[in-house]
Amino acid sequence: MRPDKESPEVDKDLTRRDFIAASAVVSGIAIGGASASGQSIKEAASTAPCSLTINGSRHELNIEPRTTVLDLLREHLQMPGTKKGCDHGQCGACTVLVNGERIISCLSLAIAQDGAIITTIEGLAQGDELHSMQAAFLEFDGFQCGFCTPGQICSAVGMLKEVSNGMPSTVSSLPRTGAIELTDSEISERMAGNICRCGAYPNIVAAIRAVYQSGAA
Amino acid sequence: MNAFTYKRATSVDDALISIGAPPDSKFIGGGTNLIDLMKMGVEHPANLIDVSRLPLTNIEPHGDGTRIEGMVRNSAVVNHPLILERYPVLAMAILAGASPQIRNMATVAGNLLQRTRCFYFYDPSYRECNKRNPESGCAAVAGFNRIHAILGTSEHCIASHPSDMAVALAALEAMVQVKSVRGERSISMADFYRLPGNTPQVETTLQHGELITSIDLPAPFGKGSHYLKVRDRNSYAFALVSVAAVVELDESKRIRKARIALGGVAARPWRVPEAEHIMIGKEPNEATFKQAAYVLVQGAKPHRYNGFKVELARRSVVRALSIASGNSNA
Repeated sequence: MRPDKESPEVDKDLTRRDFIAASAVVSGIAIGGASASGQSIKEAASTAPCSLTINGSRHELNIEPRTTVLDLLREHLQMPGTKKGCDHGQCGACTVLVNGERIISCLSLAIAQDGAIITTIEGLAQGDELHSMQAAFLEFDGFQCGFCTPGQICSAVGMLKEVSNGMPSTVSSLPRTGAIELTDSEISERMAGNICRCGAYPNIVAAIRAVYQSGAA
Repeated sequence: MNAFTYKRATSVDDALISIGAPPDSKFIGGGTNLIDLMKMGVEHPANLIDVSRLPLTNIEPHGDGTRIEGMVRNSAVVNHPLILERYPVLAMAILAGASPQIRNMATVAGNLLQRTRCFYFYDPSYRECNKRNPESGCAAVAGFNRIHAILGTSEHCIASHPSDMAVALAALEAMVQVKSVRGERSISMADFYRLPGNTPQVETTLQHGELITSIDLPAPFGKGSHYLKVRDRNSYAFALVSVAAVVELDESKRIRKARIALGGVAARPWRVPEAEHIMIGKEPNEATFKQAAYVLVQGAKPHRYNGFKVELARRSVVRALSIASGNSNA
């Protein structure tokens, strides 16, 4: 970035992520609203304090209000495990756990989550020991290209917690009597918010079923 | 996305004062629709007042009915014993909408205020949209209008309302409680949404600065209810047609009271009192339901690609009423 220019330009040998990181350091602000082409922001970007606990680490941040949780994780905190698929709430690739509940991070403003405890795919393992859901996805080949996998795994972890809390679905008829029986069609319906364009669904369902039956999640 | 100021309201009164006079201030709840529309450049509020943490998160008995406060998350509604026992059709409708992640985020107040999923509204590269850009025309009328409305449309707009929850609330005759610095008032679901007419940009009867504080359900009636949603895939898709049906039978197994609302066919959940009235005293059979379905869809005006919705709506009404009245063979 050259300080003598009015609008920032990207040096050709810098990657987009380097550029954003460098800009954030130089200006001291998060620039979540800047476009990929390095276009300048018309309005002066004001920031606000935001405190988040992400994967057990406390972050005291100053962020621009329009920064989504997804962009905060990927672009500002260098945690690219959470994936940006559609960026419009249609694919579920950006699913993370906020205070234990699964949400889509692309349609969530980071500032609105001030004080929240966020768990991403990077935070599921305990040291070198994989989370049971991660291990099951490996064991059952619950993926092909792997792009949707972090979202699938976070979503599955949140889903099993919902089941243990008695959350109904359209598969179980209402009003339900007795405990939920997590059949494969229940798993499919409850995971409908996570799209896999490789079509690894049978193995994703198998992995989730195995974790559910082992009672490990 | 445009830059905006952000303020988290500390109380209902703080929210009502903070929304202030400027029309470019908006309340934000879960943000699942508003943030998306801001990314698309359809919405560009200068100020957001975050109401998602207001203490409006209870579901509680209210008179002989039930009150759902405005900031209750969609997922909390469907897992609440009062709703599951008294209004299963509402739980079924909410579970049929969006994805579990989105239901964990979205508030009930925000669900009511979703904008249409009309492709042309959602994409500002189309200049013509009377909702987005008043008096610019409607690209959908002569466009790909498979998902659009067949009832209550005007030449200015043929958008349909996307909410499943609202369809069930219409059948249950819920009341929407709103509050502003000017005071409180109560709006029936029948009066909450406006048909497009000459001003499709005005979608509800809410005034600027009014906050939805609760949705109040009257005492439940009828043992039988059903929410039927017909869509292109079995989950996580908007309705082509949906039906909320509630039926109460008398001692001789004839219909004492019935309520039907159609979704996916108009800018609001579609109810016709006459269609419900003609079922009173009749046997809950296919002939009765067909008659009601014909009255309900009377006056439908399909466009080039959505003519199928007329018959689909009729058949869906018959099936939903059959299931609601305990005769699922129809």
